[in-house]
Amino acid sequence: MLKRASVLPEPTSPLDVSAPLSVRNLTVAYQDMPAVSAASVDVQAGSLTAIVGPNGAGKSTLLKAALDLIPRREGRVAFWGRPFKAARRRVAYVPQRAAVDWDFPATALDVVLMGLYAEMGLVRFARRRHKEKARAALARVGMGDLADRQIGRLSGGQQQRVFLARALAQDADLTLLDEPFAGVDAATEAAIVDVLRDLNAAGRTIVAVHHDLGSVTSIFDRVILMAGRVVAAGPTAEVFTPDLLEATYGGRLAVETFPEEGRRP
Amino acid sequence: MSDFVMLSLMPMVVGTAAALACALVGNFLVLRRQSLIGDAVSHVVLPGIVAAFLLTGVVAPIPMLAGATVAAIVAAGLIALVRRAGGVEPGAAMGVVFTSLFAAGVLLLETSGARSVHLDVEHALLGNLESLIWFEGLGWSALLDPSALAAVPPQVWRLIVVLAIVSAFVVLFWKELVLGSFDPVFAATVGARPALFDAALMLLTAVVAVFAFEAVGSILVVAMFVCPPAAARLMTDRLVPQVMWSLAFAVLSAVGGYVLAGYGPLWLGYQSSVSAAGMIAVVSGLILAAACVAGPRRKGTRSIGAPA
Ligand SMILES: Nc1ncnc2c1ncn2[C@@H]1O[C@H](COP(=O)(O)OP(=O)(O)OP(=O)(O)O)[C@@H](O)[C@H]1O
Ligand SMILES: [Mg+2]
Repeated sequence: MLKRASVLPEPTSPLDVSAPLSVRNLTVAYQDMPAVSAASVDVQAGSLTAIVGPNGAGKSTLLKAALDLIPRREGRVAFWGRPFKAARRRVAYVPQRAAVDWDFPATALDVVLMGLYAEMGLVRFARRRHKEKARAALARVGMGDLADRQIGRLSGGQQQRVFLARALAQDADLTLLDEPFAGVDAATEAAIVDVLRDLNAAGRTIVAVHHDLGSVTSIFDRVILMAGRVVAAGPTAEVFTPDLLEATYGGRLAVETFPEEGRRP
Repeated sequence: MSDFVMLSLMPMVVGTAAALACALVGNFLVLRRQSLIGDAVSHVVLPGIVAAFLLTGVVAPIPMLAGATVAAIVAAGLIALVRRAGGVEPGAAMGVVFTSLFAAGVLLLETSGARSVHLDVEHALLGNLESLIWFEGLGWSALLDPSALAAVPPQVWRLIVVLAIVSAFVVLFWKELVLGSFDPVFAATVGARPALFDAALMLLTAVVAVFAFEAVGSILVVAMFVCPPAAARLMTDRLVPQVMWSLAFAVLSAVGGYVLAGYGPLWLGYQSSVSAAGMIAVVSGLILAAACVAGPRRKGTRSIGAPA
């Protein structure tokens, strides 16, 4: 019944060494409740990929487990065929909610400079060229004027853009964003989309968890559908279909009203 | 003033070094909302000292410092463990760990017949800056005289070494400490090893606390971990200036407190002086109070909101 185009990698098949992110048979559980079960998926190099699924589908969990932020119960993960440890300089991650102390004595610029951690290496403190790079990243997300503002004194959407700018400063080949458009206005969303498209046009791979089903087709060229497992993955035209969406959302597309227990198949 | 070098120089050096080392570490503790750890360590010193006495059978500073340090490290490890395993907030984890270890220390003391160390425990907790007399310090020229320097109280050297270690650690691993304090998740993804530096910071806190206790007592240590960094935070919104302010406040407290303790009562017409460590703590508290009232970045002038 389902289109063969969305065939997923076999759990036992080898990792795709050309893929920026390749996952096989990944199972992650909190306490004893599996949040992601036997996920196998490849992110295609140079793609702009959306991860779509209802609340609690395990989208954030998949990203965190891939980045070694939470333990995996089972499965293999590789970035260009290598463990995350060996590839971290090529990967940037913007979490769904940065769990930071907004009272921290740091300006927007200071936060973006943190993205240059790996680059600064043994040079202990930020040089002029680092600061220029960080300012450029802030300017790209429309935050150039607020670079010297303490982060707690920015609006929620502005704070989000600072964290996007920090990821930009990392100059990564693969950028993983967990709901970059949550809580931002239309103008900001358009600005962020432009930035992501620019990155993508420069050959960078983007993976973003995305909730707005209405804009998936216009922004992303590939989609991963998730509902506790990977339901389907592939080109948007082939995967973002009514029957696969129904399989993902259990027939109800009212994402926010999804009942607790109805999430997992 | 002729006996300044003999009577006052070493207490001022020790007080200042202790205040600087505590304030330096304290900046990161305050940022991580873990400043209570200083208090925690002060309670944990007791079982360490008792255990050291039971093991070695002697009352000597080195075994006691070693015992206290080990106990403090064990406590810091337990606090981290309780936080992870129990998923409780740091304050609660510290409360559980240090009260139980303190109780264990009291039990050990009562049941082991080691009560003879009691006085020394008190000394370790209260310190005594004024006792750091440099008998050979007959004038400023003594600073250049090797035989006079050999008679400098050992606490002075110990604290100078501790201060040097803390300074080197903070300068060398500045970025890692800042990243781990601000955004541990991000720190982990970029390979800044936040868990390792968290542990290192706890270890260093324990060492600083124990060595500073010996010289200046627990009241001063707890105050110095918190007051200068907290006051400095109210002066600026950036971290490097905050650290600089905290160091300035630490020196001001140590020197000002010592002078006030020695001469303040005389100026007021009293004969005796008051405890220097106590007065230093009071001055640091006054600085914090002043910063709360007049600091340019005090609460209410900045938002504390998180994004939706
Ligand atoms: N720290 C945690 N402890 C226990 N369970 C968790 C934890 N984090 C997530 N879960 C559970 O794991 C499942 C997947 O959560 P996850 O955050 O990955 O979902 P998501 O797809 O990102 O959802 P959303 O769209 O709401 O962000 C959910 O059922 C959630 O309740
Ligand atoms: Mg999520």
